[in-house]
Parts: sequence; C-alpha cells; structure tokens
Amino acid sequence: MNEALGYIFSLGFVYSILRVTTPILFATLGSVVAERAGTPNIALEAIMLFSALGGALGSGLTGSLWLGFLIAIASGLLITVMLAFFSLRLKADIILAGIALNLLGVGGTVFIMYTIIHDKGNTSSIATKTFPNLVIPGLNNVPVVGEILSGHNVLTYVAFLMVIVVWMLLFKTRLGLRIRSVGENSKAAESVGIHVERTQWIALLISGFITSLGGAFMSMGYMNGFGQNMVSGRGFIALAAAAMGQLHPVGAMFSALLFGTADAVSNVLAAARIPDELVKMIPYIVTIVGLVIYSVSMDRRKKKRVVRETRELS
Amino acid sequence: MNKVRGFSMHNVRPWLTRNFTIVRLTAAILIGVLFAVVIIFLISDDAGAAISKLFTGALQSKRRFGNVIELMIPLTFAGLSVSVMFKANQFNIGTEGTFYAGGAVAAMIALCVPLPPFIHPLTAILAGGFVGGLICLLVAALKVKWGTSELVTSLMLNYVVYYLFKYIMFTGSGLKDPNSGYISTYKMPEDATLGLMFTGTRIHYGLILMVLAVVLVSIYMHRTKWGYALKLTGENMTFAKYSGISVSGVILASQFIGGLIGGVGGAVQVLGMYERFQWSSLPGYGFDGIIVAILARKNPIFIPVAAFFLAYLRIGSDAMSSSTSVTNEIISIIQSIIILFVSAQVFLDSYRQRMVVREVVDRNE
Amino acid sequence: MQLCNLSEAVIQLENVLEMKQILKIYPNGVMANNYVDFSVMSGEIHALVGENGAGKTTLMKILFGIEQPTSGTISIYGKTVKIHSVSEALELGLGMVQQHFMLVPSMTVAENIVLGAEPVKGLFLDKAEAVRVTKELCEKYSFNIDVNARVDTLPVGDKQKVEILKVLFRKAKVLILDEPTAVLTPQETEELFKQLLILKEQGHTIVFISHKLREVQELCDRVTIMRKAKTVGVYRMADISIDKISEYMIGQEVTTAVNTTPAKPGEVRLKASHLTYITENNKKAVNDVSFSLRSGEIVGVVGVEGNGQKELVDMLTGAIEPSSGTIEICGKNIAGKGIRQIRDLSVAYIPQERMETGVAQNCSITENIASYIYQKRDYRVGPLLRWKKLAKTARQLISDYQIKANSEDTAIKMLSGGNIQKVVVAREFMNDPALIIADQPTRGIDVGAASLIHKKLLDLRDKGAAVLLISSDLTEVMSLSDSIIVLYGGRICAWFPDTSGLQESDLGLYMLGVRSMSEEEIRGCFHE
Repeated sequence: MNEALGYIFSLGFVYSILRVTTPILFATLGSVVAERAGTPNIALEAIMLFSALGGALGSGLTGSLWLGFLIAIASGLLITVMLAFFSLRLKADIILAGIALNLLGVGGTVFIMYTIIHDKGNTSSIATKTFPNLVIPGLNNVPVVGEILSGHNVLTYVAFLMVIVVWMLLFKTRLGLRIRSVGENSKAAESVGIHVERTQWIALLISGFITSLGGAFMSMGYMNGFGQNMVSGRGFIALAAAAMGQLHPVGAMFSALLFGTADAVSNVLAAARIPDELVKMIPYIVTIVGLVIYSVSMDRRKKKRVVRETRELS
Repeated sequence: MNKVRGFSMHNVRPWLTRNFTIVRLTAAILIGVLFAVVIIFLISDDAGAAISKLFTGALQSKRRFGNVIELMIPLTFAGLSVSVMFKANQFNIGTEGTFYAGGAVAAMIALCVPLPPFIHPLTAILAGGFVGGLICLLVAALKVKWGTSELVTSLMLNYVVYYLFKYIMFTGSGLKDPNSGYISTYKMPEDATLGLMFTGTRIHYGLILMVLAVVLVSIYMHRTKWGYALKLTGENMTFAKYSGISVSGVILASQFIGGLIGGVGGAVQVLGMYERFQWSSLPGYGFDGIIVAILARKNPIFIPVAAFFLAYLRIGSDAMSSSTSVTNEIISIIQSIIILFVSAQVFLDSYRQRMVVREVVDRNE
Repeated sequence: MQLCNLSEAVIQLENVLEMKQILKIYPNGVMANNYVDFSVMSGEIHALVGENGAGKTTLMKILFGIEQPTSGTISIYGKTVKIHSVSEALELGLGMVQQHFMLVPSMTVAENIVLGAEPVKGLFLDKAEAVRVTKELCEKYSFNIDVNARVDTLPVGDKQKVEILKVLFRKAKVLILDEPTAVLTPQETEELFKQLLILKEQGHTIVFISHKLREVQELCDRVTIMRKAKTVGVYRMADISIDKISEYMIGQEVTTAVNTTPAKPGEVRLKASHLTYITENNKKAVNDVSFSLRSGEIVGVVGVEGNGQKELVDMLTGAIEPSSGTIEICGKNIAGKGIRQIRDLSVAYIPQERMETGVAQNCSITENIASYIYQKRDYRVGPLLRWKKLAKTARQLISDYQIKANSEDTAIKMLSGGNIQKVVVAREFMNDPALIIADQPTRGIDVGAASLIHKKLLDLRDKGAAVLLISSDLTEVMSLSDSIIVLYGGRICAWFPDTSGLQESDLGLYMLGVRSMSEEEIRGCFHE
C-alpha cells in the first residue's frame, strides 16, 4: 500500500495520467463538437469500440500501420454515419439512436471479430501494429518536465493538439460560427440560408473522426490489439467531461484530465492488493461526483445573483 | 373503383394512414431480420440451416420453448422498468444496476435471514425491489435538485452498484462458497427460491409475478391519476407544471417505481432460475429492457409481447450458434437495426404522405 | 399619423413576382393553399390579408423555400423558377422577415447579419470586415444600431431592424414582412413605415402581411385578400374600404364584441402590493408595481413586450417568486404556494404560448381538458380516473365552444390554432373561475374564434369574475377593458379608469415612456 501511495506522488504517475487521459480526451472533444451543433453524440462508446477493432484487425491483417489506421477511422465513421442518418435523415430521437448504436457496440464488435479471426476474446492471435512513442529531443533532458512530457505515444500528442484545433475550428472559422448558430438557434441559421442538416452532418462527422482517433489509440497505442469491451465506459465518461467543461475545448481538456487521473489512480491501486471491485468503482464514482459538483455550482450561481440583489433592495 | 368486399385501395388506404405505427413497426422488424439473413448468407456455409435454426430453433423442443418463456420474464420486468422511467421523458438507464442489486439483495435475504416459507421469497423480492427503487431515486433526486443529467449518472451508477454488490457478495461478506467450482455464494435454502411451474422446463412461479407486474403497471399508467400525471409530464413538462402538477414529484416517483420494478425483476430472476447467486458479470437484462420498451412504444400492455418476441429471437439465435458457425452476437446487430428503424419518425413517411394527399384530393373532388 | 402614399404615379406594370395555382396539402391532411394565385408588381407595397388559417403564411413559406408546393408555379420577372431552399430564395432576391425573430442571442448584430455569407480571410473569419460592412449598410438605409452589441441586449424594435438588415445584406429586392407591427408601439410602427417607404424609393418591392387593416390602408398600394385557402380578390387600396376588406376576409359582417354594460365592481379578488422582480442579469424587470382587481371588472394591461408583463404574469400565476412584495388572491397571500394551490383558489390562466404552456400537443382533447380537474373527487374513484366522465365533459365543451375536431380523442396537434386556443379557454373557464389571467388570448387566431373568446370573457365578467387582460392588440384591450394600466420599464406609468374616448396614440405615448402619470393619478388603480 505504501508503495502504491509512493508511486502516486512520482513523476511516472503524472506521465501515466497523460497516457490514460488520451482516449477520454479524444472522445470528450468529439462530444463537444457534436453538442455545439445541437446534435449530442451519445454513440461515442460504439464509435470507439468499432474504430479500436478496425485498427486492430486492419493493421494485423494487412501488416500495415497506416492501412490499419485508415480502417480504424473508417469503422468509427461508419457508426457515425449511421447515427447521423437515423437521427438527421429519418428523424429518430438522437439520444435513442445513440443508445441503440451503443447496444450494437459490444456484441457487434465481438461478432465481427469472431467471424474474421474466430476468437471471441481478443485479437492476440494476429499481430496488430501500434503507433510509436515519441521521444522529443531536447525536451526529454529537461528535469521533471521532460519525464512527464516526453516519450508519449504519438497519438497522445495529437490528442492535446486537437484541443487547439477544435478551439480554432469553433471560434475562428466560418464553419465554427455556423455550427454554433445551428446549435444555439437553428431557426436563425435557417433564415439566412444555412443548411442546418448539412451543418449537423459535418459536425457529427468531425465528432466521429476525433472520437475514432481515441478508439484507434486504444488498440494501437494504449494496448496492443483489441479485447472484448475494451473501451469499458470511456465513451460515457467523455459525455460527463464535455458537460463539465461547459462545451469548451479547454474546459473539456481539464475535465478529461480529471477523469484520466481517477482512471490512473485506480490502475495503481489495483496493483496494490486493494479489492479489485472497489478500485474499479473509482472512476465511475469520480464521474458522478464531478458531474454533481458541476450541477451544484451552476445552480448556486443562479441563486446567488437573485439573493444578492434582493438583499440590496432591503 | 370496384369496392369488392372492402379490399380495394380506397378502403385500405385510410386504415393504413391511421394505423401507420403498426405498419412501420412491422417494416422495421422485417428490415432487421432481413439484414441478419443477408449477413448469415454472406458468412455461413450452411446459411439455410442457420436461418431456419434462428427462426424455428425456439420451437424445437419443449425445453427450448420453455427457455423462451424463462427469458421473457426478466425481459418483461426490465421493459416495464424502462418504460415507466422513459415515459416521463427521463433517460434513466439504471435498470441494469437495479437488476443486479435486486438479485444480490434477494440472495442475501435468502441466505442470511431465516423466514417461514412463502414469506421468505416475498420478503427477499420486496427488499430487492426497494433497494432498486432507492438507486433510481438517487438518480432522480440529483436531477430534480441540481439538474444533473440522468443519462450519465444512471449509467455510471450501474457500474458503481455492480462493483459494490459484486464485492459484497463474493468477497466482503463471507457468503462466497469456497467449495463451489465457479464463483458463487452458498446454496440458497429451498424455501426461499421460487418453485418450478411446469415440469420439463425451468419456468418458475416468477411468471405469475410477471403477469401481476404487467397488470399493475398497466393500471398505473392508463387508469390512475399518477399515471396520467406521468404521461403529461413526459409529453410537455411546462404544461404539466402550469397545470399544478408537481413535476419533481412525478420524476422522483416514476424513477423510484422504475427502479423498484427493476429490483424486483432481478430478485425474481435470481430466486427463480438459480440455486446460488452467481452473477460475476452484468447480466445485461437492463439494457435489453430498453429494446423491449422501445419496441412496445412504452406501453405496458405490449411489453410482454415485445419481450416474447425478443426472447424468441434470442433462443433461436442460441440454437443457431450451437449448431452452426454463426455466433449468437448477431442478435445485437438485429436488435440495433430494429430499434434504429423503429425510432425513426419519418421512416416510410413519404409513402404515407403520398397516400394522405391522395385521400384528401379524393375527398375534395 | 401623417404619412403620404406617394407611389401611385410610379407603379410600373411589371410583375416582379407571380405565383400561379399553388396547391399545398400538409402531411396531416390539411389543405393550406387551394390553387392560389398571387402576384406583386415591381416597386409597390402589396398587402396580403386574411384570417389565420386562410393560407397566407403557408403561401409565403412556399415562396421563401421553407415549404414545397404540392403543385403550382412561381415566376420571378417572368422566368419560372423552383425554390427548393431558403438560400435559393435569397439568391433570387427574396427576403423574408418572420413574425418570430430568428436571431442568435449570444452573437453580435454584425455576426447575425453576416451569418451565412461571412467574410473570410484565408481559413478564418474576418471579424473586422464584418463590422465594417454592416456599419455601411446601417448608414445606407438610415438604421440606427450598434453593430457590436449582443443581440440579446437589444429592444424588440431594434431586433426587428436587425432582421430587416439581414435580408438587405443579401441584396433582397423583394421583402416579405410577416406581421411586422405585432410587437411594436404606434411610434415604432410609424418609424418602420418611414423605413419601408425609403426602401420603396430605393427600388425595393414589399409584401406586407398583417391583420391590422388600418395600417394596411395607410401604407399599401394594393391588397390581396385570402380566405379559406383561396384567393378571394386583388384590389387597389384606393378602390376598396376597410369594411369591404373585412367582409371579403370573413364573408360576413363581424362585430367585435364591444363592452356595453358598465362594470359593477365588487370585492377585491387580486391585490398586488409593491411587486418587484429582479432577473439573473440584475435587471429590475418589475419595479414596485401595485394594483388591484375587483370582481366584475376587466382590467387591461398594455405595454411594449419586454417591459415586465411576462415577469408580472409569472409572479401572479405562481411560476416564480417575487423578489419582494406580496400578492393576495381572494384575500389569501400566495407567497410560497405552489401552482396547484393557487389554482385551487379558483384562478384561471390563459398562457401566452399555448403550444408550450397551454397544451400537450400529442395528447387528446380529453387528456388536455383533464389537466387540472383530474384531481377532483368527481372525476376519480380513489386513484383511478373516470375516463368516461372526462370524455363526456370534453364532448360537452367541444360543442359549447364549437371546436372543430373529429372527436374528443383527436390529438391537439391536428387542430388549427384557433381551435387549440378554444380548448385552452374551455378548460380554463370550466368551473366559473373567480380570477382570470388572460395573456394574449387571441394572438394569432382567426376572427371567429377570437370573437367567441371575447364573448366568453365578457359573460364571465358580467357573472362576477375578475379579469386581467394582457394584450398587445390595442383594439382588443380598448374594446374589452373597463380600465387600463400601462407598463413601462417595469413600472406602472399610467392608469386609465375610463376607457371611453381613449385613443390608441395616447396609450402609445405612455407605452414608449414619452409621458408618464404622477403618483396620485396612478394610485387609484389600487383598491383596498
């Protein structure tokens, strides 16, 4: 136990936080973009599962990292297209459609895996490729900071760069302005000839693309290969993180880091002979607590103003 | 146009436009099934056998058909649970957690609290239900007090409850049977479990409880003032509020009841189908309940029908996967496709629109 | 008002817009346009009038690409076109300013105007250019607005200007204005008319949809009248009188219910004392308002939207708590009481937004009628509801109020606006309420339904109900009310205990805050 506590206060642990946060951050950014357009993407879990499987099978069977990566993205986008099609075109409730796709996620990926490589558990029978870790020359010699920031998987750096990309997209480009207007008042957007459905399709596809990067990371960076239900709820945690981050990419980054920390802590404690199940509960409890704290603060802010002004009156 | 025995398009058309939901539902199911058939053809060498097993496997033997009824029971409970909660327009998907908790609590009562027969299982079931109700009540309370999203909280709580009770049952409480070949608790006393109804099957008296639940929930939703307040809240919360309905009260009550039904479902399943508590992973009925609820359009009267349909397909799929190379996860794919098409409001709408136009023009001529 | 109609000599005989034989049937079977013809000449201001449900809005939606006609043709300057989308309509030079504003609240005026046609620098938005361009536009047409202000901080009149600028920015030649003066004061209306004449001088064509026939007569060159989804006639304004237009619109002589019997006010039913409400943005939406309402009288509340009416009504109905002050209904202080308890004091409420607050559109008429009475002992046996009795009551109300529906099981969304409002009114008036709060009771509904509702209000008042009538239809308020309160900036700025001889323009001055009465003059509206 002491060993575990000691590890938590080490630099190696902070390094692991960034690693563990990566898939959550991708999915959270995906949620932010979709929510801004007024089309919440609940199917993040399914998108990540399918892109993880796509990457594992793709790279394992073709022998190529990049082909595998492309197949990963394509798989995730396939689910995204289904979400967009059923909710935007056929007008299904987008939350229900998302739930339906998530139900497809675990069973569907196992089915495909079994059909192709006759293994229901994981893809260890084939050699999947993974993205390399990047040692940043110069940075890796800097004390403290170097240990934390250098040597991460390529996709981890991509994830944090995505925060900036998404920020620029939403607030500095024409597309971002249109996405936000569609989400805030779709009738206003319509009145000036903006094609609401088309904009929402684009937002969902962007959302799906970013989320697929998270799935690809799961099987081609975080782990080597695909395992049944390997995403284990990260897609849902991302939904909470996006809300807590107030749908702003920077806020999303901090919320994702918070949940990544909880995840990393539970990994450490698992090795320290604390009962398995209690440890596994931690990220989920932290999510609930985080979400509640966020809602309470939103609520308090509303009430405080009214109280202050009433007091001014008397 | 000849009106021969009322089967001409003139007479069929108005019936079709008015009962369009049934047409749509049937079409959605057909598409889902068709999709599966196509996949089977693509991947199986013996497609014909696989498909016939899928659709008729459940009827092969008394035992198999019994399996359908057995599966129908938890699916009905789960479907009722989800329907009640969704009807108020709250996406609480905590049924999975309440199911697990209900089963665990019932097993605990069975193992630890000696009670006279008949009272024993009843108490266990009610206790399981109560705990389930509390779990969903927590989700509802967070929503009502601070507006916390019930979708995410209920989902997270599923995992928290699962891990918590799993720890309690298999590690913390000493109920684990060290001599058992698989992870399970000690054997539950027979008077605590639900007996078998029909020999040659594993159908238990929980079936009666299921029917009772369907009847009670139907009365609740369609005939009581609480059910009406629930419907109105789900349809238009602002309007309900202005009518003097306590919307928070409705949300709290409906989710407590939903959780209660889920807990009862879990308890009934454990006491009816098992000798020990052995759920070392989430059984999945809670998520299936969402499928059942959507298929039944949140109407409690149709829930057993939808549950039966789903159970029938599942057992058929089991039969198929045990004798052919097609694995039974194909069921997830069918389910999702059906749900997606069922939820699609404008599915086949242009067809319906054309019929409506023709009807109106006819009328005005 | 003095505006002159100088366009007679300048009318060109070219049809800039021609809609021929437009047929539109909606998915729910409603025929909104029955082979309608509509054409507009270049450079004129053309009025389009008709009751709600006559088909005007649908016709304009088709023109603007929001809806597709089931059949029929549209031509612009003689060339047949198909308008599939709003952007196509914009490209053809058509611009529509709708009744409900379509602005993004958190964005600035400039952003809202350039939205959809934003200037860009490389990959990014060119914010400076957007500001420059919109400022230029404002100057060209003499609009006086701060283009950097956030839209949610603007008053209603300015928001409408932004809407007009939006279409002008896209070089619209034909402007379609749908009920533009519905939310404006008489003075703002005058300003709008001046603006429209400037636009006309600059070569624009204007289609003016309105219920307000006096305005139509003053501003427009020609008028097209629609009734029951058909075009009934096209006339030059000079050749037709308002009464005739009205007759063609409705097909019969319509007398608005004029309040003939003098009020016999009795006990105080509603007493509001020093009510104040402070919003999230630290604004005093209602500021120290005191007035009372007695049985047997109708008190009208007028004011430009956004001057506290909404918050006042919300406090009176119990939806929000006042920041300070008290409200007594039938002698009982309602502080802390829930909406149900307030309704139990025999209070009826006709909400402004009927679809949002007054009905559940997917539910049947019976289910909607039951929304308050279902709790009463008469309609249930223990917790079980007596649906047969509720259905019978619904049938009775359908016949009393002449609600056009297939049966009491018909879903509300299948009914027209006027009939939906009748359901709301029928439900609220069911048990002879002691206090009625009617917020825009006849907004957006046809004349037939409106006059029925007016009659019911007067009947109930004669029987002793106390009625608070909040409305922006000044004709309605002046003809129904016994006395009128004017709200401006959250305060009562005027009280007219006697409405005879009152002119709309008088009210307008108070509504705009140009004039305001002294404390003594207003005090009379509060009876102990």
